[in-house]
Amino acid sequence: MQISADTTGPRVRGWIIPISFGAALLLMAMPLPTWAVPYRPDWVGIVLIYWCIAVPHRVGAGVGWSVGIVMDVMQFTLLGQNALSKTVLGFLANQSHLRIRMYPMWQQCTAVFLLLSIDIGLVTWVHGVAGNIKVGWSAWWPAASSMLIWPWLFIILRDARRRSYIC
Amino acid sequence: MSISVGLMIIDHRSENLSYFRSAVALAVKPLYEMSALPARLGAWVDRASRSHMDVREQYDRLRGEQIVLKSRLQKLEALEAENRRLNRLLAASRKVGEEVLLAQLVEVSLDPFTRKVLVNRGVRDGAYSGQPVIDPDGVIGQITHATLFTSSVTLLTDQSHAIPAQIRRNGLRVVVYGLGVPDRLSIPYLAQDADIRDGDILVTSGMGGRFPPGYPVARVTEIVKDPNEPFLGVTGMPVARLDYTRDVLLVWQVVPDDADPAQDEPDTGNGQAEAASDVAVQGANDGG
Repeated sequence: MQISADTTGPRVRGWIIPISFGAALLLMAMPLPTWAVPYRPDWVGIVLIYWCIAVPHRVGAGVGWSVGIVMDVMQFTLLGQNALSKTVLGFLANQSHLRIRMYPMWQQCTAVFLLLSIDIGLVTWVHGVAGNIKVGWSAWWPAASSMLIWPWLFIILRDARRRSYIC
Repeated sequence: MSISVGLMIIDHRSENLSYFRSAVALAVKPLYEMSALPARLGAWVDRASRSHMDVREQYDRLRGEQIVLKSRLQKLEALEAENRRLNRLLAASRKVGEEVLLAQLVEVSLDPFTRKVLVNRGVRDGAYSGQPVIDPDGVIGQITHATLFTSSVTLLTDQSHAIPAQIRRNGLRVVVYGLGVPDRLSIPYLAQDADIRDGDILVTSGMGGRFPPGYPVARVTEIVKDPNEPFLGVTGMPVARLDYTRDVLLVWQVVPDDADPAQDEPDTGNGQAEAASDVAVQGANDGG
């Protein structure tokens, strides 16, 4: 048991984090039926939150910035818009990682909702400053759907993390 | 954080970051490809499961359509040659022709707050930022970012999009704004007594120099006449099938070389070839 774990361990060790971010970006770009688009969870946001509270010494504002820039390029938004909001998200999640870790699941969901609300608020704010795009309250649906996804994502990523011995 | 704010300001004000964008876009191209996979798989299954008879039927229908269109094109070519002659008589300074390139939509979803799509042509194919994009029915929008292999097209219905147009019936000039919702456009700033009717077709006017004139943009669907308002409330619907189309055309405006008098002479001789490529000969104005 121990031996097999040691042989598979190092191979996946560092890779699970970039792989999970890649999968999140894929899910972000995946086409959905038109009615479902406003409800698409902020996959990148919740994956970032997870790693920020699970391994705060590895993932934080810097990683948030890099992922945000990739998001900006992929979605052809104003360059730096998602980078800014994800930097703030990473920072806030890092700051409160000890508290969020201790929360029961439903409270964690609320915390995720709050963090993503701040993220969305920043994005809409930049939209408002840069172009004259008016965004209604429907912009906050992703925060709600991400909150519902969070427990499952948390379990999946936690198992993945334990398997690849990242701590 | 200040880096991202700085980037945003630079990106908002200038085009300097397009190289950076292109480089990162190249790196994430595999991600695009992978995220488009399910949709492509669906399309493939659809195609593979279609029966031979269906294909046969469609082939026959398209053939018939092509014959009709070709016969119409003949007439159009004759008209075009005539038009060119008349233009020369009128000493019109110049006429602009267009060239097109077929592009396909890539099935990925972009920023949900804007109405944009991705096409599989980029700088490598000559696409440029600000290029008009049309489909067989009318104008779709324009390219806003061109990277090496892909470009993003901002649709007519995007909130930040406006296009100069005119009513085909009487030439009244209007500006058509996007509203950020599918299949609705707004035509503001029309006086209460403006001559606009339900069902009017709006075509590009060519003002502003970005879109070539004459392409259908929208059909007027609703006119609200409220005496308390200074302007008419006019709503339209895009003529192009923005949300359904998969094949679009990128348009290049070909401005003929003004300082080439030799072009003027052999007009009637190779009229066919010229009409086919639709490279318009520059008008008279040659002074001799």
